[in-house]
Amino acid sequence: MGDKVLKKDTFKIANKIFKSRLIVGTGKYKNFKETAAAVKASGAEIVTVAVRRVNILDKKKPVLMDYLDPKKIIYLPNTAGCFNSEDALRTLRLAREMGGWKMVKLEVLGDKKTLFPNMIETIKSTKVLVKEGFKVLVYCSDDPLLAKKLEDVGASAIMPLASPIGSGLGIQNKVNLSLIIKQSKVPVIVDAGIGTASDAVIAMELGCDGVLVNSAIAKSKEPTLMANSLKNAVISGRQSFLAGRMEKEYFGSASSPTKGLI
Amino acid sequence: MAKIQLNGKKVSIKQKLSVFDLIKKHKLDDSKVAVELNGVIIAKKKYKEKLIKNNDKIEIVHFIGGG
Repeated sequence: MGDKVLKKDTFKIANKIFKSRLIVGTGKYKNFKETAAAVKASGAEIVTVAVRRVNILDKKKPVLMDYLDPKKIIYLPNTAGCFNSEDALRTLRLAREMGGWKMVKLEVLGDKKTLFPNMIETIKSTKVLVKEGFKVLVYCSDDPLLAKKLEDVGASAIMPLASPIGSGLGIQNKVNLSLIIKQSKVPVIVDAGIGTASDAVIAMELGCDGVLVNSAIAKSKEPTLMANSLKNAVISGRQSFLAGRMEKEYFGSASSPTKGLI
Repeated sequence: MAKIQLNGKKVSIKQKLSVFDLIKKHKLDDSKVAVELNGVIIAKKKYKEKLIKNNDKIEIVHFIGGG
Protein backbone atom coordinates (compact mmCIF):
# COMPACT_ATOMS: atom_id res chain seq x y z
CA MET A 1 0.00 0.00 0.00
CA GLY A 2 2.66 2.47 1.06
CA ASP A 3 4.66 1.87 -2.08
CA LYS A 4 1.67 2.71 -4.23
CA VAL A 5 1.20 6.02 -2.44
CA LEU A 6 4.86 6.87 -2.93
CA LYS A 7 4.81 5.92 -6.60
CA LYS A 8 1.90 8.22 -7.28
CA ASP A 9 3.60 11.06 -5.45
CA THR A 10 5.29 13.29 -8.00
CA PHE A 11 6.84 16.70 -7.61
CA LYS A 12 6.20 18.82 -10.64
CA ILE A 13 7.30 22.38 -11.29
CA ALA A 14 6.36 24.02 -14.59
CA ASN A 15 5.47 20.61 -16.08
CA LYS A 16 8.80 19.07 -15.20
CA ILE A 17 8.94 16.17 -12.77
CA PHE A 18 11.60 16.10 -10.06
CA LYS A 19 12.57 13.30 -7.72
CA SER A 20 14.02 15.45 -4.98
CA ARG A 21 11.85 17.89 -3.08
CA LEU A 22 14.90 19.65 -1.71
CA ILE A 23 16.34 22.62 -3.56
CA VAL A 24 19.63 23.93 -2.25
CA GLY A 25 21.38 27.26 -2.45
CA THR A 26 25.05 27.55 -3.37
CA GLY A 27 25.99 30.64 -1.36
CA LYS A 28 27.98 31.09 1.87
CA TYR A 29 30.24 28.05 1.43
CA LYS A 30 33.97 28.23 2.18
CA ASN A 31 34.88 27.22 -1.36
CA PHE A 32 33.42 25.61 -4.47
CA LYS A 33 34.69 22.18 -3.48
CA GLU A 34 32.63 22.32 -0.31
CA THR A 35 29.64 23.60 -2.30
CA ALA A 36 29.86 20.70 -4.75
CA ALA A 37 30.21 18.08 -2.00
CA ALA A 38 27.21 19.46 -0.11
CA VAL A 39 25.05 19.67 -3.24
CA LYS A 40 25.88 16.06 -4.04
CA ALA A 41 25.07 14.90 -0.51
CA SER A 42 21.76 16.77 -0.57
CA GLY A 43 20.53 14.82 -3.58
CA ALA A 44 19.06 18.05 -4.93
CA GLU A 45 18.36 18.31 -8.64
CA ILE A 46 17.98 22.08 -8.58
CA VAL A 47 20.43 24.62 -7.15
CA THR A 48 19.96 28.36 -6.85
CA VAL A 49 22.70 30.60 -8.22
CA ALA A 50 23.26 34.35 -8.29
CA VAL A 51 24.22 36.58 -11.20
CA ARG A 52 27.18 38.87 -10.58
CA ARG A 53 29.91 40.78 -12.40
CA VAL A 54 32.89 38.74 -13.53
CA ASN A 55 36.05 39.74 -11.71
CA ILE A 56 37.96 41.09 -14.69
CA LEU A 57 41.15 41.67 -12.73
CA ASP A 58 41.56 38.12 -11.47
CA LYS A 59 41.65 35.85 -14.49
CA LYS A 60 42.55 32.70 -12.62
CA LYS A 61 39.65 32.79 -10.18
CA PRO A 62 37.70 29.50 -10.22
CA VAL A 63 34.11 29.66 -11.40
CA LEU A 64 31.04 27.87 -10.06
CA MET A 65 30.33 26.11 -13.36
CA ASP A 66 33.66 24.28 -13.10
CA TYR A 67 32.41 22.61 -9.93
CA LEU A 68 28.69 22.25 -10.60
CA ASP A 69 28.01 21.20 -14.16
CA PRO A 70 24.85 22.95 -15.40
CA LYS A 71 24.26 20.02 -17.72
CA LYS A 72 23.99 17.67 -14.76
CA ILE A 73 22.20 19.87 -12.26
CA ILE A 74 19.55 22.46 -12.92
CA TYR A 75 20.61 26.02 -12.23
CA LEU A 76 17.88 28.22 -10.84
CA PRO A 77 19.13 31.79 -11.30
CA ASN A 78 17.97 34.13 -8.56
CA THR A 79 17.66 37.88 -8.15
CA ALA A 80 19.12 38.04 -4.67
CA GLY A 81 20.16 41.55 -3.76
CA CYS A 82 17.62 43.21 -6.05
CA PHE A 83 15.42 45.80 -4.37
CA ASN A 84 13.25 46.78 -7.32
CA SER A 85 11.54 45.23 -10.29
CA GLU A 86 13.87 46.82 -12.85
CA ASP A 87 17.01 45.26 -11.34
CA ALA A 88 15.34 41.88 -10.92
CA LEU A 89 14.19 41.80 -14.54
CA ARG A 90 17.61 42.88 -15.80
CA THR A 91 19.28 40.12 -13.77
CA LEU A 92 17.01 37.36 -15.00
CA ARG A 93 17.18 38.46 -18.62
CA LEU A 94 20.97 38.27 -18.36
CA ALA A 95 20.69 34.83 -16.74
CA ARG A 96 18.53 33.65 -19.61
CA GLU A 97 21.05 34.93 -22.12
CA MET A 98 23.81 33.02 -20.39
CA GLY A 99 22.37 29.70 -21.45
CA GLY A 100 18.68 29.66 -21.99
CA TRP A 101 17.56 29.44 -18.37
CA LYS A 102 13.81 29.95 -18.24
CA MET A 103 13.07 28.60 -14.80
CA VAL A 104 14.09 31.32 -12.39
CA LYS A 105 13.76 32.36 -8.80
CA LEU A 106 12.38 35.86 -8.37
CA GLU A 107 13.25 37.62 -5.15
CA VAL A 108 12.66 41.34 -4.81
CA LEU A 109 13.70 42.52 -1.39
CA GLY A 110 12.05 45.36 0.48
CA ASP A 111 14.08 45.78 3.62
CA LYS A 112 17.81 45.46 4.16
CA LYS A 113 17.55 44.34 7.75
CA THR A 114 14.86 41.67 7.59
CA LEU A 115 15.26 40.87 3.87
CA PHE A 116 11.49 40.65 3.70
CA PRO A 117 10.21 40.78 0.14
CA ASN A 118 8.71 43.85 -1.48
CA MET A 119 5.51 42.17 -2.60
CA ILE A 120 4.30 45.04 -4.78
CA GLU A 121 7.49 44.95 -6.87
CA THR A 122 7.44 41.14 -6.74
CA ILE A 123 3.94 40.88 -8.22
CA LYS A 124 4.78 43.50 -10.84
CA SER A 125 7.94 41.59 -11.85
CA THR A 126 6.17 38.23 -11.95
CA LYS A 127 3.66 39.58 -14.45
CA VAL A 128 6.40 40.82 -16.80
CA LEU A 129 8.49 37.64 -16.53
CA VAL A 130 5.52 35.37 -17.19
CA LYS A 131 4.72 37.42 -20.28
CA GLU A 132 8.33 36.96 -21.44
CA GLY A 133 8.02 33.19 -21.15
CA PHE A 134 9.87 32.67 -17.87
CA LYS A 135 8.81 29.98 -15.40
CA VAL A 136 8.91 31.96 -12.21
CA LEU A 137 9.39 30.53 -8.73
CA VAL A 138 8.60 33.40 -6.43
CA TYR A 139 10.04 34.15 -3.02
CA CYS A 140 7.24 35.82 -1.07
CA SER A 141 5.80 36.74 2.29
CA ASP A 142 3.53 34.24 4.02
CA ASP A 143 0.38 36.28 3.39
CA PRO A 144 -2.18 33.92 1.78
CA LEU A 145 -3.86 36.72 -0.18
CA LEU A 146 -0.62 37.86 -1.79
CA ALA A 147 0.37 34.26 -2.46
CA LYS A 148 -2.94 33.79 -4.26
CA LYS A 149 -2.31 36.95 -6.25
CA LEU A 150 1.06 35.53 -7.38
CA GLU A 151 -0.61 32.35 -8.52
CA ASP A 152 -3.22 34.38 -10.41
CA VAL A 153 -0.56 36.30 -12.33
CA GLY A 154 1.12 33.06 -13.41
CA ALA A 155 3.81 32.09 -10.89
CA SER A 156 5.06 28.52 -11.42
CA ALA A 157 5.67 28.04 -7.70
CA ILE A 158 4.97 29.99 -4.53
CA MET A 159 7.91 30.23 -2.16
CA PRO A 160 6.88 31.74 1.14
CA LEU A 161 9.45 32.45 3.81
CA ALA A 162 9.36 30.44 7.03
CA SER A 163 11.35 33.20 8.76
CA PRO A 164 13.90 35.78 7.53
CA ILE A 165 16.49 34.68 4.94
CA GLY A 166 19.56 33.20 6.59
CA SER A 167 18.09 33.50 10.09
CA GLY A 168 17.69 29.79 10.81
CA LEU A 169 14.65 30.66 12.93
CA GLY A 170 12.60 27.83 11.47
CA ILE A 171 8.86 27.71 10.81
CA GLN A 172 7.33 30.74 12.50
CA ASN A 173 3.82 30.78 11.10
CA LYS A 174 2.42 27.32 10.53
CA VAL A 175 -1.12 28.63 10.15
CA ASN A 176 -0.31 30.97 7.26
CA LEU A 177 1.83 28.37 5.53
CA SER A 178 -0.97 25.83 5.87
CA LEU A 179 -3.49 28.27 4.41
CA ILE A 180 -1.19 28.92 1.45
CA ILE A 181 -0.66 25.18 0.93
CA LYS A 182 -4.40 24.47 1.04
CA GLN A 183 -5.35 27.17 -1.46
CA SER A 184 -2.49 26.79 -3.97
CA LYS A 185 -2.71 24.82 -7.18
CA VAL A 186 0.97 25.38 -7.99
CA PRO A 187 3.75 23.94 -5.80
CA VAL A 188 4.45 25.63 -2.49
CA ILE A 189 8.12 25.55 -1.56
CA VAL A 190 9.22 26.93 1.79
CA ASP A 191 12.10 29.25 1.08
CA ALA A 192 14.16 30.93 3.78
CA GLY A 193 14.44 30.37 7.49
CA ILE A 194 15.05 26.62 7.68
CA GLY A 195 17.73 26.14 10.35
CA THR A 196 18.01 22.39 10.75
CA ALA A 197 16.45 19.06 9.77
CA SER A 198 13.44 19.29 12.10
CA ASP A 199 12.38 22.58 10.48
CA ALA A 200 12.33 20.89 7.09
CA VAL A 201 10.34 17.98 8.51
CA ILE A 202 7.76 20.38 9.94
CA ALA A 203 7.45 22.20 6.61
CA MET A 204 6.97 18.94 4.73
CA GLU A 205 4.51 17.57 7.30
CA LEU A 206 2.40 20.67 6.81
CA GLY A 207 2.09 19.59 3.19
CA CYS A 208 4.64 21.80 1.46
CA ASP A 209 5.73 20.47 -1.90
CA GLY A 210 9.38 21.17 -1.22
CA VAL A 211 11.87 23.26 0.70
CA LEU A 212 14.75 25.46 -0.34
CA VAL A 213 17.74 25.48 1.98
CA ASN A 214 21.06 27.30 1.86
CA SER A 215 22.38 28.69 5.15
CA ALA A 216 21.33 25.70 7.27
CA ILE A 217 23.72 23.58 5.22
CA ALA A 218 26.46 26.08 4.41
CA LYS A 219 26.70 27.49 7.93
CA SER A 220 26.67 24.14 9.73
CA LYS A 221 29.96 22.73 11.00
CA GLU A 222 29.81 19.81 8.57
CA PRO A 223 27.94 20.98 5.48
CA THR A 224 28.04 17.63 3.70
CA LEU A 225 26.56 15.85 6.70
CA MET A 226 23.89 18.51 7.15
CA ALA A 227 23.05 18.28 3.46
CA ASN A 228 22.45 14.57 3.84
CA SER A 229 20.45 15.19 6.99
CA LEU A 230 18.18 17.64 5.15
CA LYS A 231 17.77 15.21 2.31
CA ASN A 232 16.49 12.62 4.78
CA ALA A 233 14.36 15.18 6.61
CA VAL A 234 12.54 16.20 3.44
CA ILE A 235 11.86 12.56 2.53
CA SER A 236 10.80 11.79 6.08
CA GLY A 237 8.48 14.80 6.36
CA ARG A 238 6.90 14.05 3.01
CA GLN A 239 6.27 10.43 3.93
CA SER A 240 4.68 11.45 7.23
CA PHE A 241 2.45 13.88 5.38
CA LEU A 242 1.38 11.21 2.90
CA ALA A 243 0.89 8.60 5.62
CA GLY A 244 -1.29 10.99 7.63
CA ARG A 245 -0.59 11.41 11.30
CA MET A 246 -2.72 9.82 14.04
CA GLU A 247 -5.33 11.82 15.94
CA LYS A 248 -4.11 13.47 19.11
CA GLU A 249 -5.69 12.28 22.40
CA TYR A 250 -5.69 13.97 25.77
CA PHE A 251 -5.38 10.75 27.75
CA GLY A 252 -3.21 7.68 27.55
CA SER A 253 -4.20 4.79 25.34
CA ALA A 254 -2.36 1.53 26.01
CA SER A 255 -0.61 -0.02 23.05
CA SER A 256 -0.75 -3.52 24.54
CA PRO A 257 -4.15 -5.26 24.76
CA THR A 258 -5.64 -5.71 28.23
CA LYS A 259 -7.31 -9.00 27.26
CA GLY A 260 -5.49 -12.01 28.67
CA LEU A 261 -3.71 -9.90 31.26
CA ILE A 262 -2.40 -12.08 34.09
CA MET B 1 42.56 53.55 -27.90
CA ALA B 2 38.95 53.49 -26.74
CA LYS B 3 38.08 54.37 -23.18
CA ILE B 4 35.30 52.22 -21.84
CA GLN B 5 33.71 51.28 -18.56
CA LEU B 6 33.97 47.54 -17.96
CA ASN B 7 32.15 46.12 -14.94
CA GLY B 8 32.27 49.52 -13.30
CA LYS B 9 35.98 50.06 -13.95
CA LYS B 10 37.49 52.51 -16.41
CA VAL B 11 39.73 50.69 -18.87
CA SER B 12 41.37 51.45 -22.20
CA ILE B 13 41.13 48.99 -25.05
CA LYS B 14 42.21 48.90 -28.69
CA GLN B 15 39.92 50.48 -31.26
CA LYS B 16 37.49 48.22 -33.14
CA LEU B 17 37.57 45.43 -30.62
CA SER B 18 34.47 43.23 -30.76
CA VAL B 19 32.59 41.93 -27.72
CA PHE B 20 34.00 38.51 -28.62
CA ASP B 21 37.57 39.90 -28.62
CA LEU B 22 36.99 41.50 -25.24
CA ILE B 23 35.74 38.23 -23.75
CA LYS B 24 38.75 36.35 -25.12
CA LYS B 25 41.13 39.08 -23.96
CA HIS B 26 39.96 38.42 -20.41
CA LYS B 27 40.24 34.67 -20.90
CA LEU B 28 36.55 34.13 -20.32
CA ASP B 29 34.46 31.31 -21.70
CA ASP B 30 31.66 32.90 -23.75
CA SER B 31 29.30 30.04 -22.87
CA LYS B 32 29.62 30.92 -19.20
CA VAL B 33 28.95 34.66 -19.34
CA ALA B 34 26.32 37.17 -20.44
CA VAL B 35 27.10 40.62 -21.78
CA GLU B 36 25.28 43.90 -21.56
CA LEU B 37 26.39 46.79 -23.75
CA ASN B 38 25.07 50.22 -22.77
CA GLY B 39 22.16 48.60 -20.96
CA VAL B 40 21.23 46.27 -23.80
CA ILE B 41 21.81 42.51 -23.57
CA ILE B 42 23.89 41.23 -26.47
CA ALA B 43 22.90 37.86 -27.94
CA LYS B 44 25.79 35.38 -27.99
CA LYS B 45 25.68 35.05 -31.76
CA LYS B 46 26.27 38.79 -32.10
CA TYR B 47 29.47 38.87 -30.03
CA LYS B 48 31.72 38.91 -33.09
CA GLU B 49 29.92 41.61 -35.01
CA LYS B 50 29.33 43.97 -32.09
CA LEU B 51 32.22 46.46 -31.98
CA ILE B 52 33.05 48.42 -28.86
CA LYS B 53 33.19 52.20 -29.13
CA ASN B 54 34.63 54.96 -27.00
CA ASN B 55 32.60 55.63 -23.81
CA ASP B 56 30.72 52.32 -24.02
CA LYS B 57 29.53 50.81 -20.79
CA ILE B 58 29.94 47.06 -20.66
CA GLU B 59 28.86 44.56 -18.05
CA ILE B 60 30.05 40.96 -18.17
CA VAL B 61 28.29 38.72 -15.68
CA HIS B 62 28.36 35.08 -14.69
CA PHE B 63 26.83 32.76 -12.12
CA ILE B 64 28.20 32.63 -8.62
CA GLY B 65 27.04 30.84 -5.50
CA GLY B 66 23.79 32.19 -4.11
CA GLY B 67 20.72 31.20 -2.14
